[in-house]
Amino acid sequence: MWLEILAVVFNLRTLNAAIRMSTPIALAAMGGAFSERAGVINIGLEGMLLVGAFAGAVGSYATGSALLGTLIGVAAGAATAAVFSIFTVEFRANHVVAGVGINILALGLTTWLMQVVWRTRGISPAVARVQSIRVPLISSIPVIGEVIGVQSPFVFVMIALIVGGWILLFRTPLGLRIRMTGEHPEAADTVGINVRFIKHFSVILGGALCGFGGAYLSIGNIGRFSMGMSAGRGFMGLAANIFGQWNPIGGLGASMLFSYADAVQIRLQTMEIALPHQIIQMIPYLLTIVILAGGVVKSRPPAALGNHYRSGGDA
Amino acid sequence: MTQKNDLTSVTAGARSRSSRLSGKVRAALTELGFSAFAITLALVISALLMITLGYDVGLAYQSMFRGAFGSLRGVSQTLLRATPLLFTGFAVAIAFRAGLFNIGAEGQLYWGALACALVALTVEGLPKTIAVALPLLAAGLAGFLWGAVPGILKARTGAHEVITSIMLNSIAIFATTHITSRYFMAPGAVDQTERIVAAAVMPQIIPGTGLTAGIFLGIAMAALVAWFFGHTALGYDFQAVGRNVDAAEYGGVSSKRIQVLAMGFGGMMAGVAGGIVVLSLLNRFVANFSPGYGFTGIAVAVLGRGNPWGVVLAALLFGALDSGGMSMQLFARIPSDLTIVVQGLVIILVAAPAALRAMVRWRKPNKVEPVDVA
Amino acid sequence: MRAVELHDITKRFGTLAANKAVHLTVERGEVHSLLGENGAGKTTLMKILFGLYQADSGSIRVNERPVAIRRPDDAITLGIGMVHQHFMLVPRLTVTENVIAGSEVARHGFLDMATAVEDIAKLAERYRLRVAPRARVENISVGQQQRVEILKALYRKADLLILDEPTAVLTPQETDDLFEIIRRLKGDGKTVIFITHKLRETMAISDRVTVLRDGAVVDTLYTAETGPAELARRMVGRDVLLRVERPPSEIGKPLLEVCDLSVASRYGTAVESVSFAVHAGEILGIAGVEGNGQLELEEAILGLRKTPSGTIKVRSLELGSGPDARRSVGMAHIPSDRLRRGVVPDFSVAWNLILGSQWRRPFSRRGALLRNEIADYARRVVSQYGIRCESIEAPVGSLSGGNQQKLVVARELSRDPDVVIACQPTRGVDVGAIEYIHNQLLAMRAAGKAVLLISAELDEVRALSDRILVMYEGKIVAERKSDAGESELGLLMAGHRAEAG
Repeated sequence: MWLEILAVVFNLRTLNAAIRMSTPIALAAMGGAFSERAGVINIGLEGMLLVGAFAGAVGSYATGSALLGTLIGVAAGAATAAVFSIFTVEFRANHVVAGVGINILALGLTTWLMQVVWRTRGISPAVARVQSIRVPLISSIPVIGEVIGVQSPFVFVMIALIVGGWILLFRTPLGLRIRMTGEHPEAADTVGINVRFIKHFSVILGGALCGFGGAYLSIGNIGRFSMGMSAGRGFMGLAANIFGQWNPIGGLGASMLFSYADAVQIRLQTMEIALPHQIIQMIPYLLTIVILAGGVVKSRPPAALGNHYRSGGDA
Repeated sequence: MTQKNDLTSVTAGARSRSSRLSGKVRAALTELGFSAFAITLALVISALLMITLGYDVGLAYQSMFRGAFGSLRGVSQTLLRATPLLFTGFAVAIAFRAGLFNIGAEGQLYWGALACALVALTVEGLPKTIAVALPLLAAGLAGFLWGAVPGILKARTGAHEVITSIMLNSIAIFATTHITSRYFMAPGAVDQTERIVAAAVMPQIIPGTGLTAGIFLGIAMAALVAWFFGHTALGYDFQAVGRNVDAAEYGGVSSKRIQVLAMGFGGMMAGVAGGIVVLSLLNRFVANFSPGYGFTGIAVAVLGRGNPWGVVLAALLFGALDSGGMSMQLFARIPSDLTIVVQGLVIILVAAPAALRAMVRWRKPNKVEPVDVA
Repeated sequence: MRAVELHDITKRFGTLAANKAVHLTVERGEVHSLLGENGAGKTTLMKILFGLYQADSGSIRVNERPVAIRRPDDAITLGIGMVHQHFMLVPRLTVTENVIAGSEVARHGFLDMATAVEDIAKLAERYRLRVAPRARVENISVGQQQRVEILKALYRKADLLILDEPTAVLTPQETDDLFEIIRRLKGDGKTVIFITHKLRETMAISDRVTVLRDGAVVDTLYTAETGPAELARRMVGRDVLLRVERPPSEIGKPLLEVCDLSVASRYGTAVESVSFAVHAGEILGIAGVEGNGQLELEEAILGLRKTPSGTIKVRSLELGSGPDARRSVGMAHIPSDRLRRGVVPDFSVAWNLILGSQWRRPFSRRGALLRNEIADYARRVVSQYGIRCESIEAPVGSLSGGNQQKLVVARELSRDPDVVIACQPTRGVDVGAIEYIHNQLLAMRAAGKAVLLISAELDEVRALSDRILVMYEGKIVAERKSDAGESELGLLMAGHRAEAG
């Protein structure tokens, strides 16, 4: 049995599955990274993923185009985030309460609307989906080809977005301003940075990323929407973001680690080797707690995370 | 914004008791009005949503109201559904008072439910009161222990209780599922335990309606929580830490100890919520059974402004939404999940007092800043 | 040429007027000191000039043209830079990142760090502001951080620099370096506004000085034509001198003994081997400009801070840890920061009156609060101490500052303590309450209690104390009798040891 387990663990197809499964989590993690780097705690990632998944499916269903569906999913994720950022930044709602509200609202709205649209509460009919592609050159390279030679376009876009997000955050003026806002909004204000704009921008960008991740879940994968299909991936993204130290690439790494464990577990299940899969599923969450409690590396959230800031001394 | 009341100086209780009471009542009414406004706004937004999609709003709300309050069965359903929410509401509200955010009620609820079911499997032959009380105690204890973990992590390492609670929620759901399927699984495909013994089943108040004595426990708990915060030194310490940590420390209160206790007590409430669901609804532990009682508890606590009687009202409202939703689906052919939308809207609106104030230009007679946690 | 003219500036926060019809003119190329005690309105005025606050009334002219400064970017555009007392730096970012944020150099949309580092190195070289551009701010010294703040202003081409209490966090050596930098800036034609409460520094660096007191300008003087004694009088002088009767009292045995107490702080040693004793029937005053270790001393005596060395004894008994041990041996404490530590604003008057005694008789028994006893006690205290409140159920946040402070005094003194630690006991309260609180402290003295008074109000210390210790930079630098002259004490407080003789 151990040999079989090892064979699964060190299997390129497991790695292929892990990358695929990490897509929505890594995107949510990056969404969290942008939001929290700007100082807004984002518990609502889960809801934003779910809205993205639903809107993507509905869009694809209505237009018959998976591409349009994806764009609609992204827009819906961004719109959800806009509601969240208006309430947290403009109306100074408690970030955590508002985030919980967004999650409940997203669950209610998607479950309700799916019944309005499809008259079903479980799983939607099949909608146009984005097919996996075989990348001409890469797929013929021995090892790499097997890992990413045949993947959903979402995976490639995700990797590009992660790299792009990293560059935006760490290599551009806007990114520097975002980081400063989350660390020390008053300092940002005194050098003329528009703190409110930065927060809205970061949260809404995070929502768009979640919307894209959600669209992958519905139309990038199975081509259907099912009730509550984000299934905790937003919370996993939250964990991956912390694990990855508020860095998109770190978040991708953490998401891959989490997904790898999951992929191994799923493949073993199909081989009827019963590892206690719930215990494996716990790993990401346990690791995050250990990290937060300062067990392995010192985690350090943005210094002004969760604070409200008003310029002009008129608070 | 503080107001000076120098002009209305009162010394040595010269003011009559009644006028002081009326001040309190006025403040409570303002709070109530605030929550009522949020609910109304949420219902209006939902109505607009229904109109857009071509539904008959009048019929929807009418059937919803009738379903929740129009019959003995409806009222019983409302109360039945409100019961676990009462306790998860307390779970969040108690921690609120100490300045902590217990977002972990969902996980604490699972441990409470599992512990309750396991004890309730073994209480054969005991008198009814004890057979019901023992499993509930186990539920409370399990919830306390699980709830205290984020409190300890916060006191020891400063790890934010919100994030650790979220992680612990997922861990609790996986762990209870694992324990059930591995060690206590009843025959069949569903991950659930055997049925609990008959003696441990919560007695029904009105036979045939399903309403059990749990609601009385909930009301009694509200009184107990109110007493705790108004009449005990420990309750005093909780609120001192929640309102001004530095002053509390100056007053000799160990804020770390309070953090652990507050999360523990909160967990205990959520654990009891799980226990009550097992003893009155499921009669066994079922993996993944919760439709989000713990998260709805956050809405209940926020809407109830952290006040135990406010929590009772808010839980009743959400119970009514739940049972009314069923009837709305039946008579108006509108999926009942709309009530979850209402819940979500309520929680977002209540979280942002500034938003409500902006909508009605509200001159507050009293300081009614809502519970601002974190 | 006038660099800045502030005309008739008034700014209120609630009922408190932070600036009252202030006029200020700063000439181009001068170093202009803004001198005043804490709370005199210096920082508020400069935050208005920098666009962080908006004045309620008044006008601003920069370079002899009327301007509207609504946000810091407006000020930056006008060539104004401000170095805040609490640095506006992000510890995790590098020096260069901190300097350029908001005015970044970009090439094809990307940050051009190489150019930025080069620019900053050049700028630093020019003004000899030694600092490593690539170092993280959290890894450099406080003095270097200050240079980064100055670089931030210079990088934005500031002609006018506002330095808010720049020496507060510096060592004497670093202070000398800073003065060198200021002289170089002046030599380069820049204008500097230097906010301080230290006389020596005003005398050392400025061309002119404007003295602010209670939000209003007292005078503007040429430094060369004035001296520390005159400035001290203008800075701390009161229009109305407070009068209290202080009859002779019988000094008994020491009740509070502090021996060789030291307290560490972020910047080194906040309190350095302080020793003193307060006797029965005595008020011992500790005078000093705020920020010279008083807060740390207070917290150490109260048991809220770990002390690296030293002992504190009450009635010759060494104290256990924590505030509760203090209360048990009869120590009462009026904290310096009332709203932060003294009261829970959301709690009722009655509940605030039992803070610290909530687990003690007669207010609770076996953990249950005795509501009737608490209410009776609260009514009695409210009437006895004349606390004006709507009812004992009213939240303390709704009381005026004076009444909040009366409540704290009432709570602490009604417990019949042997030792009273009174810290800034009349800060932010009205004249009536000041007099009342002073009389209460004198009553404690008359009753044979030991009173330690820590206050930045020199008049208060002089009026109440039997003996006066002067605290400067964490040390007790002098002991004087109660009849010591105001200007002498003022000089000692400002660190002018030699001149005071």
